Order: sequence, then structure tokens, then C-alpha cells
Amino acid sequence: MALKDIKARIDSTKKTMQITKAMEMVSAAKLNRAEQNAKSFGPYVDKIQEVVGSIASGSNAKHSMLLTRPVKKTGYFVVTADRGLAGAYNSNILRHVYRTIQERHKSADEYALIVIGKVGVNFFKSRKMSILDSITGVADQPSFAEIKAIASKAVGLYADGTFDELYMYYNHFVSAIQSDLTEKKLLPLTDIAATKSKSSYEYEPSEDEILEVLLPQYAESLIYGALLDAKAAEHASRMTAMRNATDNANELIGQLNLSYNRERQAAITQEITEIVGGVAALE
Amino acid sequence: MKTIQVSVVTPDGPVFEGNAKMVSAKAKSGELGILPGHIPLVAPLTISAVRVHDVDGKTQYVAVSGGFIEVRPEKVTILAEAAEIAGDIEVDRARAAKERAEQRLASNKQDSLDAARAEFALKRAMNRIDIATKR
Repeated sequence: MALKDIKARIDSTKKTMQITKAMEMVSAAKLNRAEQNAKSFGPYVDKIQEVVGSIASGSNAKHSMLLTRPVKKTGYFVVTADRGLAGAYNSNILRHVYRTIQERHKSADEYALIVIGKVGVNFFKSRKMSILDSITGVADQPSFAEIKAIASKAVGLYADGTFDELYMYYNHFVSAIQSDLTEKKLLPLTDIAATKSKSSYEYEPSEDEILEVLLPQYAESLIYGALLDAKAAEHASRMTAMRNATDNANELIGQLNLSYNRERQAAITQEITEIVGGVAALE
Repeated sequence: MKTIQVSVVTPDGPVFEGNAKMVSAKAKSGELGILPGHIPLVAPLTISAVRVHDVDGKTQYVAVSGGFIEVRPEKVTILAEAAEIAGDIEVDRARAAKERAEQRLASNKQDSLDAARAEFALKRAMNRIDIATKR
């Protein structure tokens, strides 16, 4: 390769590296915020869980959201990102969901999809799978109001019998370098831990009416919690992907520098040989 | 004097923490007044103002969009999907929300789900305006 070409490649790689480095730092900052959001959400869901648990354990109250019913149609709630450049973040989930659906269902009438994120929407659209509802362009630090509509719609579709169970798929944030693909059965709410509450409550007006308010609110908060978790995982995997890209660019620049220097040396050596040869010819 | 700990929590984080000598809230079944040492209680709330009477005799208003109240002898927790302290309410935004809801309500009378949603939004906006003017 000519010297000029190598120089050009080094320059362009350097520019790419600058971009990936900037993106890494942006994602790191966003990850910080996302972790904080998840933390401030904690007390809310803990409290709801406690109250739901104590009602569920202390009584024989039956609500349609607690009961398993024969499954005719299954709902899938899939959380993906709006953008790529996040390593295997999106493809992990989408591949898994796609495979699960292929295994479990024979016809398109047996399942319904609710999707968050542009990548997921495009994936299912290109495979001609119909999407019941979707939102894209969720903020990096989503507020509850933003996802309230889709969460309550998902819960409502279960309540009115459009589907009989609802699974949720998202990446659970473990650490900056690890996130786990999570499948969670959201509805019916079968896995409410019957917590031994310290106090047995008076219910005003009645347990059933409280469950009527409480359970949808609980299910929606679970969806929101999963979204916060997924956002943290998204920022983390984007950060890691960008760090890898920066490292790779660095390595590439090193190699290119080496061959640049070698080429330069060769050119100088050749020039000297030519001069010496020329002088020798004159003598 | 005996006081009771009060916290208002939303999915976006805690909105209000403090001590009070009395808390009044509007439950679905009617007005509730809670003093320290109340028996454990759970009740759903309406879209309304929670009034926290603190030790200095002042009253704090917190707008809640439903949710429910959990009472223990020494602590009151209110879990709502959205809540705002009266001082934090942006009246202009609430007014705009009210207008939007009214327009939606006027434009689609046939779709009952949409209308119900708009009515709900209208109630919330009016509640916020109401409380903001009380502060």
C-alpha cells in the first residue's frame, strides 16, 4: 500500500475512534442516571408488592388477574431499543422471542405482540408478524406517564380477554458488562409471594374493591420496572460495545502505524540505494 | 405531641416525606382522617388532594391521581401513579391539559374508552388547578 493511503486510513480510523469514545462516555453518563431511576422506583414497587402480598395471603379474594385460565392466545411484551450500536442487546431478545413463538404457536391467531422500540418493530414487521401495539422513541430516562398508556393497554387487553396470559421479554441489568435475557410471566399474577406481613390490614371498603385498583396498578408498575431495568441494560451494553470499538480502533491504528513506518523505511532505503547506485555509476 | 410519618411515593420516586399530626385523604368510600396510632388500613383513593396537617399547624396539599393509601400506627404511605405537592404544580401546564381533555371529550362522544380516558384526564387537571390555587 502506498504511504498516502495508509496515512488516510489512520486518519479515518482515528476519527471513528473519537466518535465511539464520545458515545461510550455519553452511555456511561446515561447508565448512571438509569441506575438512579431504578433505585428511586424501588420503594414504590416494594410497597405495592407488600400490600398485594398481604392481601393475597390473608384472604380468599379472587380477582381475574390472579386466576389462571385456559390459554387460547398468548401476549408477548417485548422491550427493545430504538437504536442499534449496542452489541447483542437487541438481537439476543429478538432471536429468542422469534424462536419461542415459532416453537409454541402454529398460527398467527395464537399470539399477539406488543413491542417497545424501533428495532423490535422493524424486526417483526419485516417478518410479517402483526403487532398489536407499539411505542417508539421512549426517552432515555422514561417517566411513568410516558409508558402508562401502553402498560394499561396491555393490562386491559388481558382483562377483556384478548389474550389469556402475558409474557414479558427484556434484558435485565446485572452489571456494566453483563445483562441477562429475562422472560417473565406477567399475567396472570401467579407468583405473588404471600408475604407474612407485620400487620393485618383493615380493608376499606372491601378486599375485592382494593384488588380492583391495586392489581392493575401493580401490573403496570411491573412493566415500568422492567422498562427501567431494560434501559439500564441498554446503556450498559452500548457503553461496552463502544468501548470494544474504541479498543479495536486503537489496535488497528497501532498496526497501521507499524506498516506505515515500515513502508516509510523501505522508501528511504530505496532512495539511498538509488543515490549510492547513481554515484557508483558516475565513478 | 405524637406525630405520624407520611410519605407519598410514585413510580418516578418519592414526592413527599414528612411528619404530621393528622392526614386527611379522600378515599373511594369517603373522607378519611388519620391520626397517629391508627389501626392498619388499606383504601383506594380518588383523584383528590391529600392534606397533611403538620406540627406547626400548617397544611400541605398534595395532588394525587388515585392510587391507594396504606396506614400503619406510626406511618402513612400513599402510593399513586402521579402526585405533586401544591407548590410544584405548574398551573399553565395543568390548564393546557384541561383544555386538551375538554377538546377530546367534545370531539369524540362515540368512542366510550377514549371518552372515559379524556374524562379521567380532565378530572386530574381540574384537581391540580384546584389544589394549586389553595397553596
